[in-house]
Amino acid sequence: MNALYVICGVGVFALLAEVLNLKKWISNIALAGLIAAIAWIVFDWRSVSYRFQGMMYFDHVALAFTALILIVTFFWFWMAKDFFSSDEHITEKSALVLFVVAGAIMMVAFNNMAILFLGLEILSISLYVLAGSNKLSLFSTEASFKYFLMGSFATGFLLFGITLVYGATGSFNISVISNPAQGMMSVATATQGIPRFYFIGMLLMMVGLAFKISAVPFHLWAPDVYEGSPTPVTTFMLTVVKIAAFSAFVKIFSVTFSKYAPTLQLLEQGIMVATLVVANIAAVAQSNVKRMLAYSGVAQVGYLLLAFSSDSAKSAGIIFYYLAAYSAATLLAFTVIKIVEAQRGSASADKFKGLFKSNPLVGVAMAIAMFSLAGIPPLAGFFGKYLVFTLSVGSHFVGLTVLAVITSLIGVYYYFKPVVAMAQAGENKLSVSVPDRYLLILLMAINILIGIFPDLIRVI
Amino acid sequence: MLTVVLIVLPFVAALLALRLPQQLAGRVAFLAALAELIVSVVVLFHFDKTGGLQFVFDKHWIDSLGISFSVGIDGISLLLVLLTTVLTPGIILTAWGDTSKPSSYFSLILAMQAALVGVFVAQDGFLFYLFWEMALIPIYFICLNWGGENRGKITLKFFIYTLTGSLLMLVALILLYVKTPGTHTFAIQALYEAGRSMDLPHQTFVFATMFLAFAIKMPVFPFHTWQPDTYTVAPVQGTMLLSAIMLKMGIYGVIRWLIPMVPLAVKEWGMIAIILSVIGIVYASCIAWVQKDFKRLVAYSSIAHVGLISAGTLTLNETGMQGAIIQMISHGVIVFGMFYIVEIVSARTHTREMNQLGGIRNVAPILATAFSVIMLGSVALPFTSGFVGEFLLINSLVHYQLWLGVVAGLTMILSVVYMFRAFQKTMLGETNTLTASVGDLTRQERFVLYPIVILIVLIGIYPQPLLDISATAVKNLLSVYLDVRFL
Repeated sequence: MNALYVICGVGVFALLAEVLNLKKWISNIALAGLIAAIAWIVFDWRSVSYRFQGMMYFDHVALAFTALILIVTFFWFWMAKDFFSSDEHITEKSALVLFVVAGAIMMVAFNNMAILFLGLEILSISLYVLAGSNKLSLFSTEASFKYFLMGSFATGFLLFGITLVYGATGSFNISVISNPAQGMMSVATATQGIPRFYFIGMLLMMVGLAFKISAVPFHLWAPDVYEGSPTPVTTFMLTVVKIAAFSAFVKIFSVTFSKYAPTLQLLEQGIMVATLVVANIAAVAQSNVKRMLAYSGVAQVGYLLLAFSSDSAKSAGIIFYYLAAYSAATLLAFTVIKIVEAQRGSASADKFKGLFKSNPLVGVAMAIAMFSLAGIPPLAGFFGKYLVFTLSVGSHFVGLTVLAVITSLIGVYYYFKPVVAMAQAGENKLSVSVPDRYLLILLMAINILIGIFPDLIRVI
Repeated sequence: MLTVVLIVLPFVAALLALRLPQQLAGRVAFLAALAELIVSVVVLFHFDKTGGLQFVFDKHWIDSLGISFSVGIDGISLLLVLLTTVLTPGIILTAWGDTSKPSSYFSLILAMQAALVGVFVAQDGFLFYLFWEMALIPIYFICLNWGGENRGKITLKFFIYTLTGSLLMLVALILLYVKTPGTHTFAIQALYEAGRSMDLPHQTFVFATMFLAFAIKMPVFPFHTWQPDTYTVAPVQGTMLLSAIMLKMGIYGVIRWLIPMVPLAVKEWGMIAIILSVIGIVYASCIAWVQKDFKRLVAYSSIAHVGLISAGTLTLNETGMQGAIIQMISHGVIVFGMFYIVEIVSARTHTREMNQLGGIRNVAPILATAFSVIMLGSVALPFTSGFVGEFLLINSLVHYQLWLGVVAGLTMILSVVYMFRAFQKTMLGETNTLTASVGDLTRQERFVLYPIVILIVLIGIYPQPLLDISATAVKNLLSVYLDVRFL
């Protein structure tokens, strides 16, 4: 909870930095703020607390997801130094990023539908602006506009869902909603049982959140938005935003609507199968690595959904691990993409040619990132997939697991495209700045380390 | 503890070699491989032939999931570890002085060795899977970075093919894991128990997925289509690693992880697997017959020989199993020598087209002699190592089913046909302009090939020590089939 205060404080401070002439220091201040927030979480780890009259609830699950978001943001600030190097709008951009983080924390720790909605909106509106922050690029503007339209549409669904559920139960509070029979307010519902629009509301919320986690068939905005946005913003959306959206999804459908988990299971499995199949096949056709990773970001949601739909009660820890592993690999991949894009003009696969010879460090980093995303041992991504498969096989969904295995083989095909390109004879050497070099090494170490010793981060 | 040394030593050496300049890296890699060989020989001398699993090291690794770092060596493991440690120094030596191979190349070979040894000694399902996959990564990069034409596509096909099998195997292992009692575990004995207690449909699923993984690795017809391309496109050290050692992972998998795990399904479906293997023998031999490319010919011959091993293994009798094990060793040694001969010839003439070669014997007699011995081993002439294994295997197949044995026996005849044809086309005949300048074996090449030739003859004349090493382990593994519950 204190972490949220810190982040909001740093965000407001970032806005004021322009006035105080501290522009140059902003990203360092943000890094310091993030460290302070993470430290506070470590300090708060054992506590369980309700805040704001029970509207927010911090238990170790919420704290763990918050910590994950903060750590990923920390690395993101490190990676995205260039994003803040141009003179324009440094303060606005960094403040917006910090507000996204604040919104993300609210989505992780909400105990009340109003807070969920607030968090989601704080996060989304900041992102609409960030997506369009490269004003001179047509694609960036397109991304921003598309994201805004589709995002508002999804928010509409979610809000309508919340309203209907509120109508049925008379409360925004999760614990009341999860027990509709006791919480009912109106006389009509008390006599006639749970009204039908309670379930309609539940489904509408699923649609709204499926948009946000970009599950098929609600993913159509994702590739264009991810490709068009500036690369650092894409990274941010693929990692932090995905963590927040998915943890909200988990909380809604495994805690709030836990009573209806068996009914929802089939629906979730339908979405999961569609996500795995469509996203993985669509990714095969991409030649731009950034767009390919956009589809991969959708595809990875499929594996998360496989875990979640198999046994939602047991899945939180696995989803946490998977998201951490996925974020580590994505950050690593995008650090490389950023370097390549800046110096070779674009991120299409043939721009990666020759990297193994000219820049072994960058080449190996990209290979590790791709291998981890593809789920090759002993990297973190493999262990994530392994945990997912264990849960789904343990819940007797062997057929679905085999399907997931087949789609992850398709995944290998496209993840290996840049790897194959890197082995070909290619262009001249890239120059890699010292902070980038350290970041690459550190992220590689993380990808390997949490793969070999997964218990290090299996905190929930 | 020695087992852990066997895994860790090449791995540490691999990291070390990465930081050294090319010349030195080759030397250090070779020394490390020699040290590894010495350790494995020490293990051999301390090995108790009558005992079961020895040199056990068992430590909890990921406690919450019942995964432990559990390794140990029994007779079967020991022979395959020895095969790995004997051949790796040779493989490294063949890359010496090749300036196109930087230090990372040696590093990858050593990493490969660590993973291969790991596969052969793992006593924990998860660990086995981990090493199984980790063996794939170095070889993938060896082929990708230093392979021939069109390597990107071919190596990717190879990777996806093998990964298909292994991911399905992972699902099977997880299925067994969730069937273990209590807080689940991956310990091999617990997995055996879990597998044996399953009903036939479940066992069939496990059998199908795991056999697919192993069949792709070996490869057994019709899962072999990645193999000729990959063998041909890989640099010679890669081909040696793939054919001499890595494909043994598949057969080892059948022996260690399939046969004792799901006895009902092996009894039920083993026949089909044997028939596939036998089809593969004849099919691959016929294709080898018409090959124009020397390296491809050897690649196809490898499919034929491995088909016989896989068929013999699944007959589930002691003769077949022992034959399979000795033939694994023999095939590893022979195919290593064979690919090296191919490499020597093609490096000097810059072609692998057999029609363009000829008359090499006139200019390089030692090369031709070495080739002839290796070839005789390959066609299973008595008093060569190939004969012992193939005789035992065909013997067991005849006992299993007469006609299958007869068809499988064709391998001896067919291999003579294509191998002698290759020998004739390359070594005999008139020396032409291309082959006139072929020099005889250099000292480095002799240093590699002489031990191979000696080994082929030695194992052929006196195979008993090798058979003794694996006898107890084979009995232990097959004991489940003597248990009335499973008959």
